[in-house]
Amino acid sequence: MEKNYFQKRNQSISDKILAFDFQLLLLILALGTISILAMYSSEMGHFSYYTQSHLYRFSIFFLIFIIISFFRIQFWYKSAYLFYFLVMILLFGVDLFGVTASGSKRWISLFFINLQPSELMKVSLIIFLARYYDKIPTTNVNNLKYIFIPFLSFMIPAFLVASQPDLGTAVLIAISGLIVIWLTGFKIKYFLYSFFVLFCLIPIGISFLKPYQKTRILTFLNPERDPLGAGYQIIQSKIAVGSGGIFGKGFLQGSQSYLDYLPEKQTDFIFTLFSEEFGFIGSLILLTIYALIIYRIAVIGSESRNNFARLFCFGFAAAFFVYVTVNMAMVLGLLPIVGAPLPIMSYGGSSMLSIMVGLGIVMSCKIHNQEDLS
Amino acid sequence: MRSFSETFQNKANLISRRMFILSTIKVGVFVSIISRLFYLQISENIKYRSLSDKNRFREWKLVPQRGIIEDFFGNKIADNTQTFQLYMTPEDVPNLEELFFKLSKIIDFNETKRKRLIKRLKKRKPWEPIIVSDNLSWPEFSKLNLFLHEMQGVKPVVALARKYSEDGSSSHIVGYVSEVSVKDLESTEWLREINVPGLKIGKNGLEKFLNKRIVGQPGIQRFEVNAYGKRIKELELFKGNAGENFRTTLDQEVQKFTSELIKKKSGSVCVMDIYTGDIVSLVSNPTFDPNKFVHGISQEDWQALIKDTKKPLINKSMAGLYPPGSTIKPIVALSALENDVISPKFTVECRGSVDLYDRTYHCWKEKGHGFMNLRNGIKQSCDIYFYEVARRLGVDRLSVTAKQFGLGQKVLGTFFEERSGVVPNTKWKLKNIGKGWYLGETLIAGIGQGYFQSTPIQLCLMTAQLANGGYKIKPKIIYNEQNFQTTTEDGGEKFKQLYRNQENVKFILDAQFGATNEPMGTSYRSRHVKPEYIYAGKTGTSQTRTITAEERKLKLKQKDLPYKKRDHALFIAFAPYRNPRYAFSVVIEHGGTGSSAAAPIAKKVIRKVLDRHKLRTKYQSDLFKEV
Repeated sequence: MEKNYFQKRNQSISDKILAFDFQLLLLILALGTISILAMYSSEMGHFSYYTQSHLYRFSIFFLIFIIISFFRIQFWYKSAYLFYFLVMILLFGVDLFGVTASGSKRWISLFFINLQPSELMKVSLIIFLARYYDKIPTTNVNNLKYIFIPFLSFMIPAFLVASQPDLGTAVLIAISGLIVIWLTGFKIKYFLYSFFVLFCLIPIGISFLKPYQKTRILTFLNPERDPLGAGYQIIQSKIAVGSGGIFGKGFLQGSQSYLDYLPEKQTDFIFTLFSEEFGFIGSLILLTIYALIIYRIAVIGSESRNNFARLFCFGFAAAFFVYVTVNMAMVLGLLPIVGAPLPIMSYGGSSMLSIMVGLGIVMSCKIHNQEDLS
Repeated sequence: MRSFSETFQNKANLISRRMFILSTIKVGVFVSIISRLFYLQISENIKYRSLSDKNRFREWKLVPQRGIIEDFFGNKIADNTQTFQLYMTPEDVPNLEELFFKLSKIIDFNETKRKRLIKRLKKRKPWEPIIVSDNLSWPEFSKLNLFLHEMQGVKPVVALARKYSEDGSSSHIVGYVSEVSVKDLESTEWLREINVPGLKIGKNGLEKFLNKRIVGQPGIQRFEVNAYGKRIKELELFKGNAGENFRTTLDQEVQKFTSELIKKKSGSVCVMDIYTGDIVSLVSNPTFDPNKFVHGISQEDWQALIKDTKKPLINKSMAGLYPPGSTIKPIVALSALENDVISPKFTVECRGSVDLYDRTYHCWKEKGHGFMNLRNGIKQSCDIYFYEVARRLGVDRLSVTAKQFGLGQKVLGTFFEERSGVVPNTKWKLKNIGKGWYLGETLIAGIGQGYFQSTPIQLCLMTAQLANGGYKIKPKIIYNEQNFQTTTEDGGEKFKQLYRNQENVKFILDAQFGATNEPMGTSYRSRHVKPEYIYAGKTGTSQTRTITAEERKLKLKQKDLPYKKRDHALFIAFAPYRNPRYAFSVVIEHGGTGSSAAAPIAKKVIRKVLDRHKLRTKYQSDLFKEV
């Protein structure tokens, strides 16, 4: 039975390998390599904890990515709901048995690994929505009957994640959900209505924010408000990026990160470290790699013969784009610091796993793009 | 089936269309991120680069080497010597208590020092080295080095510290250095710029006056530091400049000799070159050991100095105020002659006392001097004679002459501790006391009592300016420097004439010769017989209080009076009488009469100074040749 998912009537393993999108594969490998080098630099040129575990994770998750891409698209189509609900259970599990670190309960201990289900929710939500909308005709998308489930599907996890509290990931989940819904033909005016309602709800929402979240927003509006406290991160990050110049300070030469002025340099601020050392040119190259990955995902989506794959790829491309730009805009002082990792570059297992699973499904779409779901 | 595929196609089209819209937005966002990067990294690069450097680099200043103060002959009065210090880097010490215990066995590190150190430690970062002890003895230091392997985190250091000559003869004039205080920083702007931990700053005397030039330029060490302020590596080193060295006009040999002479007394001796204004000796007693201040004086030592009634910390030569007493008589006489109030032949009969303005004014000689002319009046220091001269002269004219010759104003003007004294006149009294002048006060002003207040160095300058024939000189203590007063009233003219008729000055000098070298002269007993030492002088005995009529009847001897009530003994002199070169002033606080307590000291000092005169001139001409 399982073999069925692996092999279609006329596609052998070698056929599948040949059907790989090698451009995407190379881009992912390039990004992985850059991320390991950046991690190496974040440890002042020592091959120690962060670099090692980042390398191991990337290797393992890359393997998982390859394996996932061999699964037939039907498998993902059929197990989409299951996948979503499993992650949902984990998310509830976090609320009940979660591991608390630095003030928020985000992780769940699965004996061998500390998992962050909110990261996995990012990709499972997209699968869920792609699966849900696959069968609904365009004309019915705006039907009230078909609105509730999609909206609940992203609002419940977003609410759970926000209460961990992890506002950044909650917002990212909500945004990726909304994008997929919009892609299916949801009328823009409804968005405008709901945004208006949301806008009216902002004052109420603010009262629910934790004090540190309020500080973050205020700090974003004026980082010099408290240069040694809450504004410290963004000020130091801007100094690091700005001092990089056109060509950067050179590999392992970033004084801001080397001398510990840069906070969270392995996770959210890894782009700052990279940008300080490789400058404007390096940052452009990194941005190009990300842009090409997004482009490839979109191309794969448009080449797909079924709407599930198409919707998933487009949704994932959009979400991937949002992750990248939110992180960069954040470290460049264009958005408040909300805690959004940079895909693959940032240290963090769950985030990378989520991205690699997503990319694996995309690759599966590519390999099996001639298949119909019927 | 057709409808299904149609819907599929419709849907695919819709999704693709929306995807295209989304892609346009994506491109827009990417462009904005790129422009943000461009703004930060290219447009504002210089700003952020300098901010990054400001983060990175931290400067540490190094204590500069203080300049040396020498006497005229190049003997070091204030020198720098090696001291042995112990530094500790707290973060490298595994166990502070254990270290303190070990230290207490090796060096002088008692409980109070331990507490003080712990207090200081709390204010500092653990990687900043802290001084545990800044003045170890050699045995302590060598022992420390021997046991160093047992103590982690400490570092013995050989550093430079101020060292003063131990006899203390120049303590007052040279002053001392000590740690920079908050007050110093508040009051001195340049100090704020160069202040370094461990810097010592002059608190007194020349050390204070020369501070700015003698302190030197601190060295700078540039370090790269991390976000927590820890030094990562040294980048640059500027060694700094040592402070200027200064050569003074003092003669350390005379200083020591003089200091020894008045060791048990409280007083001052000043010696000045009457032509150049060089201060050869300026001694104040009792003295103190300035070395004690360098590393912070102990509480007991400080209390002992403060509580001493003889006030060892005060530089009596310029901060001690005494009524000039009879030493002012040459000036009174000169003023009267210059103003044509009297002629040398003017005669007064002294009967021991005189009744004027409803009061009785006494002469120091109870039986009276009989008929006195001016020369004898000075020679025998007859008070009755000078009451009459003063009465005719008036205090205002007297004050003009007294001020001309240096009384009532600062002599060096460069020492913050120097005082200007008082030359009273009618205006002065009205302004400062708020009352009109009484005629009786003119009489006692004529014998240098009453409101008159002068410092020993003023008396010395007054004597010098008489002895050189009546010319203004500018006393100085730093060799090679004309004067610290940059602007002079006389427009920089070197010798300003202070007299109207030089014969008058000559007459006064001759009368002083009589006072020392002729029988009946007040300092006859302290004269020198050897021709090369013959000098002329004038005694003075200044009362510290009014003598009551009862006391006069009792004929109390000075030594029977309590110390504080005894008179100050004063003596001024110039030597040698022929071709005079040096002026002297001696003040012995509560020493009794000038002739018995001050003149004998002056006699010895004069001999010493004259003995060294040849050496001094030779040394000076050698210096000129070198130049």
